[in-house]
Amino acid sequence: MNPPLIEITNLSAGINGKQILKGINLTVRPGEVHAIMGPNGSGKSTLGYVLAGRKGYDVTGGSVTYDGKDLIELSPEDRAREGLFLAFQYPVEIPGVNNTYFLRAAYNEQRKHRKQEEVDAVDFLAIVRQKMKLLELPEAMLKRAVNEGFSGGEKKRNEIFQMAVLDPKLAILDETDSGLDIDALRIVAEGVNKLKRPDNATIVITHYQRLLNYIVPDFVHVLFDGRLIKSGGKELALELEEKGYDWLIGKNGK
Amino acid sequence: MSESTNTIEEFVASDYKYGFVTNIESDTVPPGLSEDTIRFISAKKSEPTWLTEWRLKAFRHWLTMEEPKWPNVHYTQPDYQAISYYSAPKQKKTLNSLDEVDPELRKTFDKLGISLNEQKRLSGVAVDAVVDSVSVATTFKTELAKQGIIFSSFSEAVAHHPELVQKYLGSVVPHTDNFYAALNSAVFTDGSFCYIPKGVRCPMELSTYFRIEAANTGQFERTLIVADEGAYVSYLEGCTAPMRDENQLHAAVVELIAMESAQIKYSTVQNWYPGDKDGKGGIYNFVTKRGLCKGANSKISWTQVETGSAITWKYPSCILLGDNSQGEFYSVAVTNNCQQADTGTKMIHIGKNTRSTIISKGISAGRGQNSYRGQVKVMKGAANARNFSQCDSLLLGDKCGAHTFPYIDVQNPTAQVEHEASTSKIGEDQIFYLNQRGIETQDAVNMIVNGFCKEVFRELPMEFAVEAQKLLGVSLDGSVG
Ligand SMILES: Nc1ncnc2c1ncn2[C@@H]1O[C@H](COP(=O)(O)OP(=O)(O)OP(=O)(O)O)[C@@H](O)[C@H]1O
Ligand SMILES: [Mg+2]
Repeated sequence: MNPPLIEITNLSAGINGKQILKGINLTVRPGEVHAIMGPNGSGKSTLGYVLAGRKGYDVTGGSVTYDGKDLIELSPEDRAREGLFLAFQYPVEIPGVNNTYFLRAAYNEQRKHRKQEEVDAVDFLAIVRQKMKLLELPEAMLKRAVNEGFSGGEKKRNEIFQMAVLDPKLAILDETDSGLDIDALRIVAEGVNKLKRPDNATIVITHYQRLLNYIVPDFVHVLFDGRLIKSGGKELALELEEKGYDWLIGKNGK
Repeated sequence: MSESTNTIEEFVASDYKYGFVTNIESDTVPPGLSEDTIRFISAKKSEPTWLTEWRLKAFRHWLTMEEPKWPNVHYTQPDYQAISYYSAPKQKKTLNSLDEVDPELRKTFDKLGISLNEQKRLSGVAVDAVVDSVSVATTFKTELAKQGIIFSSFSEAVAHHPELVQKYLGSVVPHTDNFYAALNSAVFTDGSFCYIPKGVRCPMELSTYFRIEAANTGQFERTLIVADEGAYVSYLEGCTAPMRDENQLHAAVVELIAMESAQIKYSTVQNWYPGDKDGKGGIYNFVTKRGLCKGANSKISWTQVETGSAITWKYPSCILLGDNSQGEFYSVAVTNNCQQADTGTKMIHIGKNTRSTIISKGISAGRGQNSYRGQVKVMKGAANARNFSQCDSLLLGDKCGAHTFPYIDVQNPTAQVEHEASTSKIGEDQIFYLNQRGIETQDAVNMIVNGFCKEVFRELPMEFAVEAQKLLGVSLDGSVG
């Protein structure tokens, strides 16, 4: 078996002293797709933020090994440069900052980190155009400011577009499907599938099994009250769709 | 008069020849201000009698005035009798190589991406005969002369075009205007003069940068720009490199005059020394800048990026006299550490259908205090006047402050005046978003701040805008922990 890309062991974390994650264990290997489902407020986004290193989200126990390194030791920007990408549930607006300019800065940070030469604006535009086709994005989006005035769906597409350009090793997609119309959902999912390779992996956080028809997971996990209470194959998602969470929670309830 | 010219020239020449700094030093008047000091300055500069009289009139008026107390800034008033008001051009100490330059200064140069040759020029390192900027300056002057454009130091203009200077000097900023303008009128030593003849579109950006002799015009600078009918000029003042100066007080006056259908675009980057982290040793920058849209359909635009000085007191203004004339003010003012800025504009609508636009972006970091003070005045006759003002403040941290003081006075019922204001903080979520894409916090802050200033930067000439962006980064270095 492949060595894990990320190995989360007994991870506990909190916000402002409030415990949210209460011992998460999860191993993701290259080439795999994992789905995380769970009721509102169970800690799914928190897990994404903790892995991405958001300030204020303190790890109180356990460990995370990413690509052979202690992830918790790395700054948020170094985690990104090492190929960890978080598609935000609520993408942030950066008024006045051109989308292409921002993305090139991000792209070049990654290249500098790998001791590669930075790309200039002209070469970068060529890279970007290619990725835009993949996601059927309108060219006008490149010229606008980062997420400024974007519709909910456009913001989500912009996240996956950024993912396509930055080509991460591990992508965490936090409810990327919510807010997308039916066509956009298909386009975005197909985009994600085209980016899939044997050497990268994806964690998909979602409430809807519909997305998993497109992005077929190897594993499905249920997060409840800060713990992964159940894991299974893709059929678990179908079962959840049918029965909800109550039957699981009943067993594990507080 | 001509005798004293010779004396100065001799001193300068001898200094050049023998490097006798002492000769020059002796040409400085003792500190203090009196009618004699003013007569001395005027004589040293071989000025015509009318100018001497003009200075004296200003001085006598200044004696009756008090330093303004209304700006939202705090400082110890300068002792005006302790300042020396004249010193002959000083030869800067020449360094042999960049290795002798203060390493802190060099770091800043590097961050700003200033070329090595330019770094040498700015820090006074001896250079070979062919420095880029010098040869550029020569071609530049020939080109301008061909079109009849006058662009020279103020003293040269007084000597060669006294009728133009006499006609326009003080016509926009009278010597009675305010305390600092009166002082400047009495004691100004040099500055720039620019005249664009009828129908001429100045083919290049005029920049003080190319006027090397203007690099040391001292603390009381005077600028006068006249664009005759249908003329166009874009003028750049300042330099993004950090400007250090021993003089604490700077009180410049800038007057712009646009005749019918003429257009003047005046861009400034001000980066005087702001003082150390505790505000010690910074420059006081008290400037009076005003433009007169004299003819119909004329237009004056002020664009400024203010990052330096301990205290900035500055309100570039437009008097919209001609019908259909337009005034614009685009400003970015940054205050970090202990810097204080009270800046803004005045738009005085007198002619019919006059329009003005004000876009002000204030950024405060550290313990910086940033005040916008703007006045929009629509006079009785200004039918259909329009104004749009937008004042946005961005706060970095919670020890700094932003204040907005809009004054609106409308005397014509057909006028439309709109004012929008906002205050925001850089969000932790914005910084994290950029961090998550591999951009470190300081770069993230710079990116967000530059985005905030975009509407102003796009008014700047291209290269200047790029430099201004970098400058902002340097000014805010370390502002977010
Ligand atoms: N800054 C905060 N301070 C205190 N509690 C917080 C804070 N941020 C999040 N929480 C709490 O942490 C818990 C987990 O939130 P999280 O956003 O991770 O849930 P989620 O599983 O992503 O939910 P959803 O499905 O609604 O997106 C919630 O109870 C939430 O209220
Ligand atoms: Mg969530």
